[in-house]
Amino acid sequence: MILAIASGKGGTGKTTLAAALARVWGGSCLAVDMDVEAPNLDLFLKATDAGRRRAMIEVPVVAHPEACNGCGACGRFCAFKGILAFGDFPVAFPELCHGCGGCFEACRRGVLARGERKLGVIRWGTAQSAPGAGDGLAMLEGRLRVGETMSPPVIRQARALVDEMLRARGGDMIIDAPPGTSCPAMTAVRGVDAVLLVAEPTPFGRHDLDLAVKAFRPSGVPLGVVINRAGFGDPLIHDYAREVDLPILAEIPFRRDIARACAEGVPLDAMGAEMRQKVDDLARAVRAPHAWGAAA
Amino acid sequence: MVMVAVSAQGSTPDDGVDLRFGRAAGFMVYDTAKSEWGYLPNGISRGLPQGAGLAATEILARAGIRVVLTGTVGPKASSALRAARIVFRENAVGGTVRQAVAEYLAAQNLDEALA
Repeated sequence: MILAIASGKGGTGKTTLAAALARVWGGSCLAVDMDVEAPNLDLFLKATDAGRRRAMIEVPVVAHPEACNGCGACGRFCAFKGILAFGDFPVAFPELCHGCGGCFEACRRGVLARGERKLGVIRWGTAQSAPGAGDGLAMLEGRLRVGETMSPPVIRQARALVDEMLRARGGDMIIDAPPGTSCPAMTAVRGVDAVLLVAEPTPFGRHDLDLAVKAFRPSGVPLGVVINRAGFGDPLIHDYAREVDLPILAEIPFRRDIARACAEGVPLDAMGAEMRQKVDDLARAVRAPHAWGAAA
Repeated sequence: MVMVAVSAQGSTPDDGVDLRFGRAAGFMVYDTAKSEWGYLPNGISRGLPQGAGLAATEILARAGIRVVLTGTVGPKASSALRAARIVFRENAVGGTVRQAVAEYLAAQNLDEALA
């Protein structure tokens, strides 16, 4: 199973839940941090540093300006000013390039060569499972280079790598997705079996949960919700979930001891028997197709 | 004949110089041969998240501008302007478009006289 944990609003507890679920999952499980702009799953999983790979995109280099006839096709094709064509030969601005490769196709005279821009780093290692959940947990994270803005290609490259690992070792994948409903989040939930949305019972939380449901539901993927900081505020999320037919799969109470342990880097499942039970129940629930309710 | 463009806050020679190059509202264009003023809107450039100066450079290059007077040109736009063979002068601060052009032309004449 490939499960994505997403939210709409940031800071609702995606990483807290993703880490805990991965730790209790059992068998072969890959926990993947796709919030590449601010990866922090490793704060809970503390994985080993087994390997790393650079995430790159292909950018144009003006290699043979003498071959240019000034037709301007490369510059007209580029929507991002990654290459400009004036007069004698084009000028490349690789930092603006989105890596589509269109300029290479547009140029018929071999003026452009393929160069690379580093987007970030993908690294992986093994992590410790919760007691009794075996030792099959591995973690992989994408991390965007500081100053870089293009996160979707890093997410796609991380996904390609975990797909490869999954084919080799089998098992399940738990994705910690970026917040929001724009390109990074949409990229991270592509090709998953189910999306678990984490929401908090505030007007802001409800508003952004609605955005997430509207963004992810059209793909037909089953959606469920976990209410974090439950009991804080109103039954806003309960009302909303009923309205849009969204199953509530767990509730994590709003409590000072949980917040404190979280801030100290303690995984949710390691905060005593009650929390471990909650996480175990949630892991069981998300694996049962009927838990996803009528929407599934 | 030289076409001199000035990043401008409005569309008359008495409007102020816009100190931003890529995100200026438009460019006042002075034709030194005919002593005539024209206006070149900056189109979509100013709304682009990135590359506004590059888009502005494209507009100027297409209009046959040879000189541009403005406040500040960013690093990417300066490479583009050089590639387009457009001369740029920065720090055209504090005055109207008309004053900026007059100062530029006076400096040019002085350069020629001293040469």
